[in-house]
Amino acid sequence: MQEKTLMKGNEAIAEAAILAGCRHYFGYPITPQTEVAAYMAKKMPKIGGTFLQAESEIAAINMVYGVASTGKLAMTSSSSPGIALKAEGISYLAGADLPALIVNVQRGGPGLGGIQPSQSDYFLATRGPGHGDFHVLVLAPASVQEMADLTGKAFELAMKYRMPAMLLADGTMGQMMEPVVLPEPKEPNPVPPAWAAVGTEGKRFHNVINSLYLDPLTLERTNFERFERYAAVERDETMWEEFMMEDAEICVVSCGITARVSRNAIVEARKRGIKVGMIRPITLWPFPKKPLLAAAEKVKSFLCVELNMGQMKEDVELAIRCKKPVDLCCRVGGMIPSPDEVLAAIVKANEQGG
Amino acid sequence: MVVFEKPKSLTDKVFHYCPGCTHGIIHRLIAEVIDELGIEGQTVGVAPVGCAVLAYDYFACDMIEAAHGRAPAIATGVKRSMPDKVVFTYQGDGDLASIGMCETVSTAARGENVTIIFVNNAIYGMTGGQMAPTSLIGQVTQTSPYGRDPKTQGYPIRVCELLATLDAPAYLERVTVNSVKNVRNAKKAIKKAFQNQIEGKGFSLVEVVSACPTNWGMTPQKALEWIDEKMLPQYPLGCYRDKDKEV
Repeated sequence: MQEKTLMKGNEAIAEAAILAGCRHYFGYPITPQTEVAAYMAKKMPKIGGTFLQAESEIAAINMVYGVASTGKLAMTSSSSPGIALKAEGISYLAGADLPALIVNVQRGGPGLGGIQPSQSDYFLATRGPGHGDFHVLVLAPASVQEMADLTGKAFELAMKYRMPAMLLADGTMGQMMEPVVLPEPKEPNPVPPAWAAVGTEGKRFHNVINSLYLDPLTLERTNFERFERYAAVERDETMWEEFMMEDAEICVVSCGITARVSRNAIVEARKRGIKVGMIRPITLWPFPKKPLLAAAEKVKSFLCVELNMGQMKEDVELAIRCKKPVDLCCRVGGMIPSPDEVLAAIVKANEQGG
Repeated sequence: MVVFEKPKSLTDKVFHYCPGCTHGIIHRLIAEVIDELGIEGQTVGVAPVGCAVLAYDYFACDMIEAAHGRAPAIATGVKRSMPDKVVFTYQGDGDLASIGMCETVSTAARGENVTIIFVNNAIYGMTGGQMAPTSLIGQVTQTSPYGRDPKTQGYPIRVCELLATLDAPAYLERVTVNSVKNVRNAKKAIKKAFQNQIEGKGFSLVEVVSACPTNWGMTPQKALEWIDEKMLPQYPLGCYRDKDKEV
């Protein structure tokens, strides 16, 4: 049996990033993700890595851009208001086709909002956080184990597809403690990829890391090519989990902490004879459209459980092409629905009968 | 016998700069220094947003294009990733002293072992001649059409003097390129700024007071004279920090 370690979600991200081979972390203090920075500050100097507390979120993401330009794994972490500041740099990463990991441990908003858990950056993350036409990979963990697993996966996918990846967690995931099986350590600095700006060594024409194309036809082509890559990501990398969906008449759709709460509510509803199941998106971009559309042929209705005003609900409606009604059970501002609240929403959906 | 050659560290790409612009001279000086130090293959440059945005096409070393003002943060990342490589940024006044001032000051305060070449021509050139943080009092630009008025538009920023209040920088020098003698001095300073990095001495910045005839609305000749008459009284040439000389 593999050894389990009791860890906080934020610490699991940090340790998993190191085990994935990341040796460069740049961050700025903000609640509720500061444990990631604190963990890195302790550990990086001891393993020959870089921990740098940047002067701003903007500087942090650009330091990540610098390391990513050299072909190495780099990451930053923050929470909602900080991610908005990083949007500029994330757009440049996407435009220059650079891999990087951005961790967003979401808190309530808008504005300074609050410091309690939220999923209200769903739009920000899934619509391309920044100016221009682009996507980032968005992975939404629902346990401390997944905080670790998806951190490694995010780096792997970011490198494979040369695009930024965002681990979209919430304050609960960051703060809660659970036993984790940590992954095997990977080699920190493999041979730099051919595109990296590491010095020509006089052996080749210079590499240029860039997102500027003054010729509109060329810029159009880079956009088309990037979206071909995105299509491959949608085809091959979409991740989701189905729970009690075999005979379900109501399909709950939820991610992160609310998926955990919903799971309890579903078990309780089943005891009362309500045929309810759940599709839990693990990747929010690419969004699991196919399983949702397939479910739309079988179930009577959908119920989105979210810590926002129904941002994911829009994606569900698009995915199922509005074939079935979609209800919303939400709490915002740092509040989390109890299993009883979700159960009540399931009971109501069952009574309406789709 | 060839007496004048293009430096190896410049590509064959033709500069897009206006007639009389001093970016071309400064590019050439940097390329000559990189050649002379034999570091072309180990150097990574970071280009700014502004007139020199296309510098990534002109320098033959590996290049990275930065978001506006972020070059020092990117250079920090590159240097932390590869401490043995030579990393420089090339930035204008809007890029370095306005939108990127936070990155500039913080990178200097950390004593990051990188080289910054700061081109100060007191105007935003690429966007057609708007007021810069370094525009002179009374200077007419598109966004100060009645002349820069300190009551509403504040005073020009002296970057070398400002950074000289910090403990960390190893070398801060202001030069210009409006005469043969000044070009030679500028090259000396640029070379020292690169040499410092190779020797691990820390943050080095060379401010080059430059001309923008197009947006200043002058002939190239008049623009070079205007540097002497107007720019240098506000931006005195000289060394503002040299840790080599402090014992």
